[in-house]
Amino acid sequence: MDDWRNGGFGLYVHWPFCQAKCPYCDFNSHVTANIDQKIWVRAYLRELERIAQEVPGRVLNSIFFGGGTPSLMHPDTVAAVIEAARSHWPFANDIEITLEANPGSVEAGRFAGYRDGGVNRISMGIQALNDGDLRRLGRIHSVAEARSAFDVARDCFKRVSFDLIYARQGQTLEAWRQELSEALSMAIDHLSLYQLTIEDGTAFGDRYARGKLRNLPTEDTSADMYLVTQEVTAAHGMPGYEISNHARPGAESLHNLVYWRYGDYVGIGPGAHGRLTLNGIRYATECHLAPGAWLDAVSKGNGESLRSALTSQDAAVEQLMMGMRLSQGLNMARFESLSGNRIDSNRLSHLQELGMVTVSGTTLAATDQGRAVLNAVLRELLMD
Amino acid sequence: MTELANIRNFSIVAHIDHGKSTLADRLIQETGTVAGRDMKEQLLDSMDIERERGITIKANTVRIDYKADDGQDYVLNLIDTPGHVDFAYEVSRSMRAVEGSLLVVDSTQGVEAQTLANVYHAIEADHDLVPVLNKIDLPASDCDRVAEQIEDVIGIDASGAIQVSAKTGQGIHETLEAIVKELPAPTGTRDAPLKAMLVDSWYDAYLGVIVLVRIMDGVLKKGERIKMLSNNSTHHVDRIGVFRPEMEVIDELGPGDIGFLTASIKQVRDTRVGDTITHEKKGTEDALPGFKPAQPVVFCGLFPVDSSEFEDLRDAIDKLALNDASFSFEMETSAALGFGFRCGFLGLLHLEVIRDRIEREYNIELITTAPSVVYHIHMRDGTMTELHNPADMPDLTHVDHLEEPRIKATILVPDEYLGDVLKLCQDRRGVQMDLTYAGSRAMAVYDLPLNEVVFDFYDRLKSVTKGYASFDYQMTGYETDNLVKMSVLVNDEPVDALSMMVHRDRAEARGRAMVEKLKDLIPRHMFKIPIQAAIGGKVIARETLSAMRKDVTAKCYGGDASRKRKLLDKQKKGKKKMRQFGKVDIPQEAFISALKMDS
Ligand SMILES: Nc1nc2c(ncn2[C@@H]2O[C@H](COP(=O)(O)OP(=O)(O)OP(=O)(O)O)[C@@H](O)[C@H]2O)c(=O)[nH]1
Ligand SMILES: C[S@@+](CC[C@H](N)C(=O)[O-])C[C@H]1O[C@@H](n2cnc3c(N)ncnc32)[C@H](O)[C@@H]1O
Ligand code: SF4
Ligand SMILES: [Mg+2]
Repeated sequence: MDDWRNGGFGLYVHWPFCQAKCPYCDFNSHVTANIDQKIWVRAYLRELERIAQEVPGRVLNSIFFGGGTPSLMHPDTVAAVIEAARSHWPFANDIEITLEANPGSVEAGRFAGYRDGGVNRISMGIQALNDGDLRRLGRIHSVAEARSAFDVARDCFKRVSFDLIYARQGQTLEAWRQELSEALSMAIDHLSLYQLTIEDGTAFGDRYARGKLRNLPTEDTSADMYLVTQEVTAAHGMPGYEISNHARPGAESLHNLVYWRYGDYVGIGPGAHGRLTLNGIRYATECHLAPGAWLDAVSKGNGESLRSALTSQDAAVEQLMMGMRLSQGLNMARFESLSGNRIDSNRLSHLQELGMVTVSGTTLAATDQGRAVLNAVLRELLMD
Repeated sequence: MTELANIRNFSIVAHIDHGKSTLADRLIQETGTVAGRDMKEQLLDSMDIERERGITIKANTVRIDYKADDGQDYVLNLIDTPGHVDFAYEVSRSMRAVEGSLLVVDSTQGVEAQTLANVYHAIEADHDLVPVLNKIDLPASDCDRVAEQIEDVIGIDASGAIQVSAKTGQGIHETLEAIVKELPAPTGTRDAPLKAMLVDSWYDAYLGVIVLVRIMDGVLKKGERIKMLSNNSTHHVDRIGVFRPEMEVIDELGPGDIGFLTASIKQVRDTRVGDTITHEKKGTEDALPGFKPAQPVVFCGLFPVDSSEFEDLRDAIDKLALNDASFSFEMETSAALGFGFRCGFLGLLHLEVIRDRIEREYNIELITTAPSVVYHIHMRDGTMTELHNPADMPDLTHVDHLEEPRIKATILVPDEYLGDVLKLCQDRRGVQMDLTYAGSRAMAVYDLPLNEVVFDFYDRLKSVTKGYASFDYQMTGYETDNLVKMSVLVNDEPVDALSMMVHRDRAEARGRAMVEKLKDLIPRHMFKIPIQAAIGGKVIARETLSAMRKDVTAKCYGGDASRKRKLLDKQKKGKKKMRQFGKVDIPQEAFISALKMDS
């Protein structure tokens, strides 16, 4: 059996435009006035056709429209992509089709259209539940707007998740506990809770480098915030199933599980990445980053800027790295059959003694404590 | 052949950066020795490391022809010397090869510690000095004050000091005239048996060992057989010549000449600087007094970061040692760092230079352990051994007492910083021997333990005096003191490469400083790490590095897999650069930084 089947098969569609650029964000997003969506539909469809020929007949488990701000896509654009995907691959009965939405009133107006086009899940970037922090994060919506967009979404969709960014400037542990319980009272069955990451090449990154991004929580405070988040969400019946994702059991994002269980995924759109197994070899694909360059390349027949065969060792490392993010952990037998090596048992028992991981049978999982320092755990596991 | 009366041999000496090499440039240029288009700044500083750091490390000889105002043609042999104290040895041996020196003093700075040291060398070599006041183009230049200072502090007549700008060329002609008029011509007899001084030698990839010689008596010609008096080894001279500054082959070297010979000598070690060279047959029996060999005073371990590069390191060290007799090495094994070499240097700059060259010319990343000095261990049975490495300290029950090397340090400093300097010397267990004033400058002479100076004394001195102090030292001898070995334990494991010898009274303070530094230098781990300093079994300082609590990537989706894998690879490489002690990774820079003291 091909290894990717352990994780399933998904389609990622990248929409690279936003109304404004947020200062913390390093996603491939651009602010552009005139976008001819017809051109974009054509390009997406061409790419789907190209890929479908390479991996025909697979059952598609999920589609994810990510961005940028996909809620700026016209509902017809979204519907056309979904339709094309359906024509190439049989859809799984429980296929999950998610669209990332910004919580503005304009977007909310399109929600019904997305539903009619086939979208069955919304992931909304609310980011903070107070207006001051929204402004500091450079967001162009208020809490009130976000709440009403969220209400519209829940009227249209059974599954609506939202994102918050915490460990923000000046945020205390107590303030976060408060905000979290407010978030939980709004939440339906899924929440993404990200600690603010200062990314290089963003406005926050520059400010940070110049020492101008003050009052970020210390390592101790952000560790406490993380642990509190795990406890509070679990007590509320929405435990963390991944480092930053929380759901009622059964409501996990299928699409993201494809990544973490290291399945195959097609990536189309500017800068989209994919993993595809062809003739038993796993390939990493990457599309042209700049929207114009991508469109150009697609019109010439192929939007990819890079396709490289991963060694089975690389694949094993990726599988471990992604799988350890899940609280259920991973099957070490899979790592061993990919890499041909066992995980060093001395390292494993050292990590067990430290309370960072648990091992039962062939299942290896990080504890809450271990997930808080997962980079160090991975370094230890993968050190040669 | 040049008449002795028309030869002048001289060195250029000065405190570091006072402009020796730049002055040499102007002398070379003014006499047309090097064509204008081949001229560049500090022409004689040809090593990469010299050009990069803007300092002279190795003395250089040039022969220039000069037609003086008296209408006669002269041959001038000039030796440009290094200013830094570590290479003072080069100055003293250069002086032995010449009859006089230009004592360059930066007229914006005045007399500094190495100016004085050079004067002492000159007196020892019974050697004439012509004072030259340099950098007169600068607005801060004050020739009257500096001339007065030279008379007060050094006690030589500075009324005839030449005012020069080595930058603009002003005063260069006067300098050349003074060389001819004020410095003595060499003496020697053409008909006497050959007697030549082996001034220096170095390895050249094409020609083998090149020997710099000064002919005292007799004549040396190509094709002759020569003998080294120290070991009676004989050689066939296959080439002789002079430096202009490129090598130029000539037929013979006569009395008073300075030039080179090659004789198919394979290793620099087969030549001994200060040796007397004569003819194999009918040679002289009468040896020149010779030089005191340069003794390494600072020792440290050099280990490859990547332990598989040990053989490459051996190779690099062998090659460097070929050219540098003052650098010593022996193999060392450390429980912590694996295989490496214990190396001896003339001082910290020398250490840095060698380390840099290994890293850059041979592309080997190094871990450098804390520098240490050579202790004398007197055992109960009356024997004495030298201790080059604190890790080798024998069992105390066999030790009667320890001695440490001491130095006489001369520090010149403007009045306003004197208090800080005295405090620094006091803190470093110094004993004041002399304190005098000349104008607004003080000269403090201290007896100090070398081990207190070796590491960061000079840095501290510069920082407390904002760079206005200058410093020179000489070894004076060994003295008994209450010295102990302090070990460092990280996560309860001793780290041999961090152990050091300290004075018992200062052990607590050093131990405390050390564990605090290490706490900052060692990255947090997934567990807490005790860091301790101990003497014997007794812990004298302790810190705990708390466990890492948060290190995780918040967002990791399909697009992040490649990036994340590459990041992990990079982190793994970073981890490889650290050394593992039990379960703890210690970064390489910790081995040096941990020992820097803040006072
Ligand atoms: N303005 C000015 N600068 C000078 C003069 N002479 C030298 N310098 C500068 O002073 C610095 C040191 O000059 P060097 O000739 O390298 O000094 P040095 O005495 O050979 O130094 P070491 O060999 O390291 O002891 C350089 O930056 C020179 O350009 C001068 O007459 N006027
Ligand atoms: C593709 S992004 C944004 C989706 C949508 N455009 C929005 O902004 O609402 C997905 C999520 O990543 C999170 N995110 C983006 N940059 C982040 C950062 N620097 N640190 C932490 N979380 C971040 C935000 O919560 C965001 O909603
Ligand atoms: S956070 Fe969302 S809205 Fe803001 S720039 Fe990034 S993708 Fe666009
Ligand atoms: Mg110089």
